[in-house]
Amino acid sequence: MTISTIVLATGLMLILIGVWGMLTHRDILRIIIGFSLMGTGSHIVIIAIGYVANGTAPIIDAGLSLADASSRSVDPIPSALAVTAIVIGFAVTSVMLAYAIRLYEAKKTFSIDTFTDSKW
Amino acid sequence: MRRGAIVLVVGLLGIVFATIVFNYSERASLPSLAEAYVDLVPRELGAPNVITGILLTYRAFDTLGEVAVLFMVAASIGLLLGARDAERGEAPENDKAEATTSTEIVRNGSDILVPLIAIFAAYIVMHGHLGPGGGFQGGAVMASCVLLLVLAKPEFRVKLARLSAIESLAGLLIVLVGIAGIVLAGGFLDNRILPLGEFGAFFSAGAIPILSVLLGAKVGCELSVIIERFRA
Repeated sequence: MTISTIVLATGLMLILIGVWGMLTHRDILRIIIGFSLMGTGSHIVIIAIGYVANGTAPIIDAGLSLADASSRSVDPIPSALAVTAIVIGFAVTSVMLAYAIRLYEAKKTFSIDTFTDSKW
Repeated sequence: MRRGAIVLVVGLLGIVFATIVFNYSERASLPSLAEAYVDLVPRELGAPNVITGILLTYRAFDTLGEVAVLFMVAASIGLLLGARDAERGEAPENDKAEATTSTEIVRNGSDILVPLIAIFAAYIVMHGHLGPGGGFQGGAVMASCVLLLVLAKPEFRVKLARLSAIESLAGLLIVLVGIAGIVLAGGFLDNRILPLGEFGAFFSAGAIPILSVLLGAKVGCELSVIIERFRA
């Protein structure tokens, strides 16, 4: 079993835990935590599929010379994507938390079972 | 019933994921696009950090869009939570007095840590083209400084107007650097508007350090505004 397989399995497991948490809990804050877990898992998956056997970070320095950069570095594109994913995940989470605060002020509870009135 | 459905959904997802894991084999070499990036970023852009080169030049337009998303989030949180603050501002400030002041250890600890964190953030921002780091990461560390202050000192107030001004200025300058890329170099947000300099030196890689600083300021301000909005 290679290192990236273990990382991939961990990421997918985190996604599963997040989905399970989002579906089973009725508390809005716990649903948001489940969502964050899912997001973190997907970041780990993105990084895992960019790994190249025996690769190192794609940064040219004392440990990685310019000549063997393309043979010894990992794929830089998933890492760049992960930065984007983290920022967007942060953005979505903060908007969700803001809505959670507003909902709490309306009903003084975080349980989604209370919010049964029609939407409009 | 509901429990059964949940188990079914999670179980099916688990089967999909298990197939992915068992059929996954580690890659032995880079795909051709990645190879092109690893080859081109140091040679063409003069940046040792390939990821920063991708984020701030080849895919800089995406990064600009990302910053726009962050700006929109800061604005929408202002819309969602700002009205609440305005209502509370008119009410007598009785819950303000209840906000417990933190202990001496926390206050003095934050006094010592805040400058260190700020210096670390500046280091991360400025070395984005040389090592791990960059505008987003440094900006987030800078915002953690604000978060520490908010937690340790309840009376600490973030100056929202000043942060918005810095943020707008940084955004404007990023776009101006981008337009300078169209005029002076190969295209929008091209970093070769400045000399590339010596490979691996502090002042090198063209406009990438400038973009990093602007991005760090913008992200730091946006995150600080969001943190301030969430204050109870």
